[in-house]
Amino acid sequence: MNSEYYEPGGGNITDAAHQHTRQVGRTRVVGQKERRVDARPLVTGAPVYAAEFEQPHMLHARVLHSPHAHANILYIDTSRALALPGVHAVLTYQDVPRVAHSTAGQPYPETSPYDAYLLDKRVRYVGDWVAFVAAESPAIAQEALQLIEVEYEVLPAVFDPLEAMRDGAPQLHETDITHPNSGKHFGDIYDAAHNIAAHEEIAHGDFSAAMREADLVVEGEYRVPYISHGVLEPHVCVAYLDGYERLIVVSSTQVPYHTRRQLAAVLQLPISRIRVVKPRVGGGFGSKQEMLLEPVAAALALKTHRPVRIEYSRQEEFTAARFRHPMMIRMRSGVKSDGTLLAISMHSIGNAGAYGTHSFTVTRSTGHKTLCLYRAKAYFFRADAVYTNLPITGAMRGYGAPQGFFALESHIDEIARRLGMDPLAFRRKNHVQRGDWDPMEMELVDGAWRSKRQFRSCGLPQCLERGAEAFGWGQPFDRGDGKPILRGHGMATAMQGSGVASFELGGASIKLNEDGSFNVMTGATDIGQGSDTILAQIAAEALGVGMDKIIMHSVDTDSSIFDYGSYASSTTYISGGGVKIAAERVRKQVLEVAGDMLDCAPEDMSIVDGVIYSPRGPSNLTVADIANETLYGKHRQQIMAKGDFWTDDSPAPFFAQFVEVEVDTETGQVRVTKAVNALDLGKAINPTLASGQVEGAVAMALGYALSEEVQFDEQGRVRDAGFVDYKVMSTLDMPQMTTILVEDTEYTGPFGAKSAGEVPTNGMAPAVANAIEDALGIRIRSLPITPEKILQALGKL
Amino acid sequence: MPELDIALRVNGRAVKWRIEPGDTLLEALHAHYLRGTKLICGTGDCCGCGVILDGISINACCMLAAQADDRELLTIEGLAEDGKLHPIQEAFAEEGAAQCGFCTPGFIMRAYAFLREQPRPTEAEVRAALAGNICRCTGYVKPVAAVLRAAEMMQVEQEKGPHE
Repeated sequence: MNSEYYEPGGGNITDAAHQHTRQVGRTRVVGQKERRVDARPLVTGAPVYAAEFEQPHMLHARVLHSPHAHANILYIDTSRALALPGVHAVLTYQDVPRVAHSTAGQPYPETSPYDAYLLDKRVRYVGDWVAFVAAESPAIAQEALQLIEVEYEVLPAVFDPLEAMRDGAPQLHETDITHPNSGKHFGDIYDAAHNIAAHEEIAHGDFSAAMREADLVVEGEYRVPYISHGVLEPHVCVAYLDGYERLIVVSSTQVPYHTRRQLAAVLQLPISRIRVVKPRVGGGFGSKQEMLLEPVAAALALKTHRPVRIEYSRQEEFTAARFRHPMMIRMRSGVKSDGTLLAISMHSIGNAGAYGTHSFTVTRSTGHKTLCLYRAKAYFFRADAVYTNLPITGAMRGYGAPQGFFALESHIDEIARRLGMDPLAFRRKNHVQRGDWDPMEMELVDGAWRSKRQFRSCGLPQCLERGAEAFGWGQPFDRGDGKPILRGHGMATAMQGSGVASFELGGASIKLNEDGSFNVMTGATDIGQGSDTILAQIAAEALGVGMDKIIMHSVDTDSSIFDYGSYASSTTYISGGGVKIAAERVRKQVLEVAGDMLDCAPEDMSIVDGVIYSPRGPSNLTVADIANETLYGKHRQQIMAKGDFWTDDSPAPFFAQFVEVEVDTETGQVRVTKAVNALDLGKAINPTLASGQVEGAVAMALGYALSEEVQFDEQGRVRDAGFVDYKVMSTLDMPQMTTILVEDTEYTGPFGAKSAGEVPTNGMAPAVANAIEDALGIRIRSLPITPEKILQALGKL
Repeated sequence: MPELDIALRVNGRAVKWRIEPGDTLLEALHAHYLRGTKLICGTGDCCGCGVILDGISINACCMLAAQADDRELLTIEGLAEDGKLHPIQEAFAEEGAAQCGFCTPGFIMRAYAFLREQPRPTEAEVRAALAGNICRCTGYVKPVAAVLRAAEMMQVEQEKGPHE
C-alpha cells in the first residue's frame, strides 16, 4: 500500500478525515470528458487489433473439436490430413507434452484446479479439443480436419450438477491427477470422485442464535443460466519465432503476463524465450482472462517454424470458448418484524463445465462479493463448483456477483414485501455504511475475530437518494389495466471490489522525450473499457501536462512493467495507482533539474500545462526545455521512473438500479421501459468513459434478465450458437436510461477513484424480477425471464 | 482453384481484383488490405461488416465478391477526406460511442446510409435504423446519441456550404 493516508489496521473513518481527503484540489485533466486516446483509429477502421496482425508466410490453424460429450480417443490417424497439399502440421495428444495446468488467467499459483491438458486422450465436452492443424489457408486447414480419423469410446456423460455430485456419477477427472505442483496445496481438485472442482464456506457470527431472534424466516431458490460473453472480436492470436528463436505471441488477451507464464509451463519453454504482445483488444468481458488459443498457435509455430495464426469462428465462440457459470442458489434469512436483518445465508451450486478454470474464485465471489452488502449478526455462505460434460465456464464481467446478486436482491425484495415494507426503505435500514468492516473477510487474530477489509468510502446512500429522485420512486404511475399491459417498478442494489485484495500488481514506467512528451509504458490491458485513456489522464494530471503529451504503449512483456492484467475492476485503481506514482516520480525528477536551473527548491515548484512554475510564478522553462537540458545539456540523464501498486485492500464501488417494466399479459413479453443507474465509483476520471461502462454493463445485464441463455440438447450440444438465436439485446430492446455518477472519494485510490466496470452488471436482473412482482404479484426466480415463464406463472401455458 | 477478375470502384478509386469465385466481399476486402470492415459473426447476424454498395448498406460477409463487379463500394476507410474525419466519425469519437471499437465501422457505415435517407431523424428512427447492429460494450446509448449528433453536424455543414 502506497497511499500516505493509509493506516494499517484501519480505524474509524471520521467525517472530518473524509472531508479532508475530498479537498484534493481542482484537477485539470482528471474528471474531464477527454476524447479516447484511440478514438481516431477506432472510428476510421485502422488495423489495430490482433485480428489484423499478420506475418509473411503465415500459416492458418484450426482446431478439431470433439463431437461427443465424454469419450476416450481409442485411435487417431492424421496421415490423410497430413497428405493434403498445403497442410504443414497436425498435432494430437501424442505430439504435445502432457502438462496439467489451469487456463485461468490468474496470478501464480492459480487458485483454479490443474485439470486441463493442451490435448488429452480423453474429451470431456462437445467442443473439447482433439487435434490442431496448420495449413496454407484457413480453408485447407478446415478441409484437413475432416481427414483426421478418430475412433472414440463414448463414455456416459453427466450434464446436471446435482446428478454429477452423486455417488456413481460419471467422473470427469482423476483423483490422482499428477501435475508439477502437486502437493504444494494448490492445483488440486476439491473432490474429484464427486466431480466437485472447488468448494468454499464462509461463516461469521452465531447463525442459529441470530435466527432464534427472528420474527420471520424467508427462504427461496433462484436459478441463473449459462450465458456467453458474446465478445465481438473473437479469440485470435498469431505466434511466430523471431531470428533468435524466441516465441512471439501477438494475442487478443486480457492477461499478457499470466499467459506468458502459462505458455512457458504448457510448452515447457523458459519464460525468457517467450514474448507476449497485446495490440488493441476488441472486447473481453472475462472471456480473454484466459489462456485459450495461444498454446495452439505456439505449438504449431514451434513445429513448423512458420508464423501461425488462429482465430475462433463465431460458432466456436459460442461452443468452445468460455461461459458464465450457471447456478442454483438457495437463500435463507431471518429478520425482525421492524425490518432489522439478523442472519443471512446463501448456498450455491455452480456448473463448472468440463474444466475448473476460475471455478473456485467465481463461485466464492457469488457470496463473498455480495452478502457484505447488508449488516447482519450472522452470515453463512457455502458454494460448490461442479464438473459436468458441458462447455467450460470461467470468468465473466461481475465474476460470480451477478449470480449472487440476482438471488440476494430478489430475496431481499421478497423479505421487504413479506414485512409490508418499501423495498427501498428496507435496504436503507440494512445496507452497509461507510466505516463498516467486511463480514466476509474475517480472520482469527490472537483469539479474536477481526476483519481485513474496511469500507472507507460508501456512496450507496447518495446512489439511492439521487437514483430514487431521478426515477420517481414511490411516485404514482400508470400501472396499466392488464388489457393486456401491466406495469411495475423495481430496484436493486449492488457492490463489487476494485481489484482482488492482495492479488494484484500493476502500474507503468514513464519516460521523457525531448519534445516534452512522455511514453507511458503500462502493463495494463485496454480491452475496450478505455484504460489507456484513463491511465493517460492520470499520468497527465500527475505530471502537469496536457493529454497531447502522453503516448500510451500497449502491453509487450519485453518492455512493459509487470501487470496482472485487466480483470476484477482493477485497472483504474491498481494500474492507475501505479501510473500516478510513476508520474509523481518523473515530475520530481523534472523539478529537480528545473530547481537547479532556476536556483529554487524543487518542492516549492510545480508544473502546470507543461510550464515550470516557481514560487515567483511561471518560469520561462517548459518540460521540453528540461528534456533537452537532460538529453543534450549539462544535467545529462534519461528522466524516467516506474511506479507500481499493490494493496491488501479492494475498495467497493456501489450501485443502485431502478427500473420500470411493462408486461404484456397476453404474450408474456417483458419490456424494460425506463432505467436509472446510479454508481458510486469514487471519482470519475473520465465521466464519458465511466457512464459508457455503466450503460454497457446494464445492457448486458438486461440480456441476462430477459433473453440470454445457452441451451443444450440431450447430447450436450449447444443449440443456439449465434447472436440471433442466442439473443443479445439490440437498440430496440433498450430502455430510456439515465446514469448518475456519485463520487464518494476513496482516498486510497488515484484521485479518489475506485472502479466502474463490473458493478453495474449486478443490478438489472433482480430489479426486473422485483418490478415484475410489483406489476403482476408474481415472483419469477429463474433467469432469463422469458415470455414462457411469465405465461406459465400466469397459468396461461 | 479457378480465379476470377472483377473491376469495381472502391472508396472512389477504380480497382481490379483477382478473387476466387467463392470469396465473400468481406474476404476480398481483407485480401486487399482493407481491414477496417470487421468479420464478427460471418452469418449476417450482427451487421459488423457493413459497407455501402451503390448507395445501399449491406453486410459484406453475406455477399459474394463477384457480385460487386462493376459496382461502387464505400468502406470505413473511405469516409475521412484528406485526413479529416467524416462528421459521423467525429460524432462517434466525441460521444465516446466506440468502446472496444470492433462494431464501430459497421455502426458508422449503417449510419452513413441511414442519414442519407433520413437527414433529420428522431431518436426512435435512429434506434430502428441500427436495430440490426450488435454492440456488446455501449448499451447503444452513445452510438444512438452519436448518430443524432452527426445528423446535426451534417445539417450545419450543409447550411454552411461545401467551401466554408
